[in-house]
Formats: sequence, structure tokens, C-alpha cells
Amino acid sequence: MAARAEALVNEVLLDVRGVSKRFGGFTALDGVDLVVKPGERLGLIGPNGSGKSTLVNCITGALRNEEGSIHFEGTDVSAQPPHRRIRLGLARSFQIPKPFSSMSVLDNLRIPLLYAARQHERIARDRISDVAMDILRQVGLADKADAMSGGLTQVDMRKLELARAVAAKPKLLISDEAMAGLSTSEVDEILALLTSLNRQGIAIIMIEHIMRAVMKFSERLAVLVAGRKIADGDPQTVASSAEVVKAYLGE
Amino acid sequence: MSNKLFAAVAFAIAVAIAAGSQLIGNEYFFTATYTVLQFIILATAWNILGGYTGYVNFGTAAFFATGAYTAVALYNAFHAPLIIMIVAGTVAAGLVGLAVGYLTLRLRGVFFAIATLALAVVLYTFVVNWDYVGGARGAYILQPREIPLGLPRYIHVLYIAMVFMCAFALVVARAIETSTLGRGLAAIRDDELAAECSGVPTLRLKIFSATVSGALMGMAGTTLPYYLSYVEPSSAFSLSYAVNSIAMPLIGGMMSWLGPLIGAVLLGTIQQIVQVTVSSAWNLLIVGVLLVLFVTLAPNGIMGWFDAWLRARRRS
Repeated sequence: MAARAEALVNEVLLDVRGVSKRFGGFTALDGVDLVVKPGERLGLIGPNGSGKSTLVNCITGALRNEEGSIHFEGTDVSAQPPHRRIRLGLARSFQIPKPFSSMSVLDNLRIPLLYAARQHERIARDRISDVAMDILRQVGLADKADAMSGGLTQVDMRKLELARAVAAKPKLLISDEAMAGLSTSEVDEILALLTSLNRQGIAIIMIEHIMRAVMKFSERLAVLVAGRKIADGDPQTVASSAEVVKAYLGE
Repeated sequence: MSNKLFAAVAFAIAVAIAAGSQLIGNEYFFTATYTVLQFIILATAWNILGGYTGYVNFGTAAFFATGAYTAVALYNAFHAPLIIMIVAGTVAAGLVGLAVGYLTLRLRGVFFAIATLALAVVLYTFVVNWDYVGGARGAYILQPREIPLGLPRYIHVLYIAMVFMCAFALVVARAIETSTLGRGLAAIRDDELAAECSGVPTLRLKIFSATVSGALMGMAGTTLPYYLSYVEPSSAFSLSYAVNSIAMPLIGGMMSWLGPLIGAVLLGTIQQIVQVTVSSAWNLLIVGVLLVLFVTLAPNGIMGWFDAWLRARRRS
């Protein structure tokens, strides 16, 4: 039994089972199933209002789902508040950047390092700055470490969002439209960044509208339409399936 | 500076002030300075929840009066020594802070502010109807006849107690500010959801913040009965405590422990001077005018203005 449980843990990182979420009479999510394996790159697409962000909020705990369950590494996290989930390694970036604007860029990273990463990884107090600088170097914000985070440009804010999520030392990172509104070269920068994070072993769910980036990045593609998952599989097959094309372009 | 060193320095300064001011012959100095010191504590305490954590509390008077009325109750019960009044009043107000925090800190922004205002009204009504502490009539509290340390009058004792409580409040505020906890509170102030999603246990930290803030406000009130010799609800729950404890950090700066200290010394001293030279009726008007000036001209307070000036100088 224990061996079986371990095998399951090894295979599945995130297991979303039949998750439903309603706002009053509106059903935002309707029995969504989603599985992410360790180190996987999953693309999640869907028209505006299809429930992608609601799903992220349910997975990370910002919203509670009324039905279904969310398991992370075999533990049911459905009833846990967000700060517990991130400590387990379930991180997200926000679609609209939410920097701690009274703090410098470096101090922004201290929060997850102190409150999340240290829960499962011993980081000496005097090493925190170094670890934060390493992450900033990786995302290309090292020269802005002392700048106030409220005054960053859009692309830098997106990088900060990702850096702050990474600082929690996650096993899964959900990138919620980190590229929306960015220029082509900036999109490539974020894409390269997410790819390099994935190479370090972090599983990534990329939520995005920019198909070029999603197709390039994803090993697997899931499609959400009106709160239901209508497709999940090989990106090429999914993107060209009649149902998905219909959902995007109409008949 | 480490917290231990800061505490040592703060208490050394407190000893120096307490001893040095005994050379001052003017009795009124102690009465006036007592009020300024009391406002330093209230402003510092308010800032822990209001400045560090970003939750505006309009109920300062409720916590302050909890401290004062705990002292009155203990006086009526067995003429408790001052130190017991101080400790018990601090604990009682801390418990009120804990309860209020637990019940209301799920509310955000303006809803929390309204809830704290309601708390003041509820406690006021409770005290007005509580006969044991004098109810609406108020209670007379006679200062003890024996005065410790060979001091000339009891106001000296209260003044010295206030000096040390002040040092204690500043040490606590600074320790919170510079700790991991302080960073967590700042994250809550900046963006609560982002803080929670970065691993900060926001509810627990907010409740902690409300408890400490309430406890320190209560502490400032524990010596009020002896100071006034007569306590009645409308003075213990006076609106001026709430207004001043918000205005002082706002004027001094809310990001660090120094801001409320500067704001309270400045505003408190001006009020005391005006009270003697012009009239006490001017006090709240002065607060109002200064508040308008600062909100429009230096929204981050004196400390914020000073920081900006330093940064500009370094750049040029």
C-alpha cells in the first residue's frame, strides 16, 4: 500500500479532480479534471472568461472550490489556505502584477524566501540576500535589485512576479498570462525564462493567449471553454481539433 | 543596531530623562510632558496595526479606556499597586485586541475601520452601564499617600512610569519592524493576497499585530485614573485619542518606529503649548490643519519627506 502511494506520488504532482466553482448562479468551473506530472510543461488555453484564472485561484487556494478535490503530491490541499499550499511547493504568478510596492525588488523576494522556502529548505538567515540575488540574476533583474518595485516597467514587473514565485522554491509554477501585452522580444524573454526554470525541474502550467509561445513551450495542451475542459493532449492534435477551433473562432 | 542594543540604549535614555527631569522645579512640566509621552505610546501602538500592517483603527479610545478602566476596577477591588494596574491593563487591552482581531480582521479596508469605531461605541456603552467602575457618574481615584523613591509628588511617579512605558513601546515597535514578522506585515499592507500566496500566514499575523497594538494602547491608559484622579467614560473614550493617534504617525511617517515618535512629540508639544498660551479648544483644529497640510504636501510624513530629500541629495 505504501509502495503504491509512493508510486502515485512519483507519477502525479498535481491532481485536480472534478473541481467546480460557482459565483451566484454563474458556473465558472464545471467538473474540471487536470493532472500535472513532476517537471512537466503544460499549456492551458481558453477564450476570455473560460475560467482559467478561476482554476488557478482554486488550485492555489485564493478561492475555495465547492466541489471536487485538489491533491498536491498525494496530499489533499482543498481545505488549506494559500500560504500552506505555497509552502508545499505550489506557486503562482499574478496576471495583473502585485508587487510589494513599498519594498525594493530584492526585498520582494525576501518574503517568499523567509515565509515559504525556509519551510522546507534550510536557508541560513545571512544567505537570504545571496539567494535572492541569484534568482534576480536568473530572471535578469539583478541590476534593479535596489529599485523600488512599484516603479518597474511592465516586463520587469512580470519578471518580478515570476522571480517571487520561484523564490518560494516551488515544485509547480503556474504562470498566469505572464506575457499578455508584451512585445515580441519581451515575450521571447519570458519564454526563455520559463523554459530555463523548467529545466531546473519545476513543473510549469503556462496560461497564455499567445499561441506561438504556448505551442513552442508546451509538452501537453489543455483547453478550457466555459468552465469545462474540452481537450487535453498533444499540442498539435489539440490545437487543430475541430472542437477547439470552433470554440475559438465560432462556426 | 541589534534589538538588544537598541533596548539597552532606549532604557538608558529613559533612565537619564527620568532622573534628569527631576531637576526641573516646575510641576507643570510633568503634567504636560506626561500627555506628550502618552501620545508617543498611542501613536507608536496605532502604527503597528495602521502603519506596518495597513489596517486603519479608529478605536484607539476603546483600547486606551480598557487599560484605564482595568486600573479603576483594580483600584476599587483592592487598591492594587501601580505596577499591577499597568500589567493587568496591558493584558486586558491585548485580549480585546485579540478578540477584535479574530472577529474583524477578515474585513478589509473601510469595513475594518468602521468595525473598530463600533467597538469604541460598544465598550463605551458597557462602561457607562457598569456601576462598579462608576458608570456614567465616573469614579474618584485617590493617589496613594506614600510616594516611592523619595519623590516630591505622585505625578513624578506617573511621569517616570510613562517614560519607561514609552521606551518599552518603542523597543517593541522597532523589534517588530526589523523582524521577519515586520516584513510579513509590510507585505500584508502592500498586497494581502500576494502576501498570502508568498507564504505569509496573513490572518495570524494580523491578529498578532492587533493584539500587540491594542495591548500597548491599553498600557498607555493604565496610569490615567491616578493622573486625572477622576475618570468618567466620556473623557476616557474621548475622540481626541483616536484622532491624535492617527494624525501623529501620519504626520511623522508610518513606515518606521521613528515616525510616530516625531509626530507625537511635534503635535503633542504644539498642543500643550497652545493649551497654555491660547486655549485647549484649539487643539483639534491644529491637528486638523496640520493633517490637511501633510496629506497634501508630504503624504509620507516627515520621515518620508526626509528620505526623499536624502535620496535626491545622494543622486546629485
